[in-house]
Amino acid sequence: MVQEDKLLDARGLNCPLPILRTKKALGEMSAGQILKVVATDPGAVKDFEAFSKQTKNPLLDQAEAGGEFIFFIQKA
Amino acid sequence: MDEKKLAIVATKGTLDWGYPPFILASTAAALGYSVEIFFTFYGLQLLKKDLGHLRVSPLGNPAMPMPVPMPNLMMILPGMEGMATSMMKNKMKAKGVASLEELRELCVEAEVRMIACQMTVDLFEFDTADFIDGVELGGAAAFFEFAGESDITLFI
Repeated sequence: MVQEDKLLDARGLNCPLPILRTKKALGEMSAGQILKVVATDPGAVKDFEAFSKQTKNPLLDQAEAGGEFIFFIQKA
Repeated sequence: MDEKKLAIVATKGTLDWGYPPFILASTAAALGYSVEIFFTFYGLQLLKKDLGHLRVSPLGNPAMPMPVPMPNLMMILPGMEGMATSMMKNKMKAKGVASLEELRELCVEAEVRMIACQMTVDLFEFDTADFIDGVELGGAAAFFEFAGESDITLFI
């Protein structure tokens, strides 16, 4: 699995907060670094794919485990 | 880079209908859109510093989920609106839905432009000192200046 440079805990947050917090976290990182996001909102799966596509920050990997959704996003 | 643009007209001032403009504006801003919201009529309520006065009414809203089914006519009873409002607030908190203030603050941080409709500000005698900082005043022509070159325009 990918090794992250920063972890964002978005558990318990609902749309659109996980995306907004992700955007903010990426803004504090430098290009090439990897952000790991853990969310519990099932809507986040589609949203993170859409976010990655539109902002051109690659979604390197994603997984689901025990009701948690994990995303690895690289800052473009 | 050619930035995408989103223009929103916010016309409603209830707790529930306050959400769509701020959710869409903050998300669009996070996606790199340049966003402007034009607040008119009851939508002006969403610009007040304190949003504690916003309510949601079950009266005339048969689609609102209720814990116990009851005829909509009963929603006219005193206390029903307050009950529905606190129920919605509690539910939102429990489900991790952001407060309107928080979403609005995220919009401000993301430099979403907020325009208050001058005509309705005057009509309803709103005091612009009650509005959050950074709100501009403008008219329909000011809206079209931005909306005319927007990729998406929403009337909420």
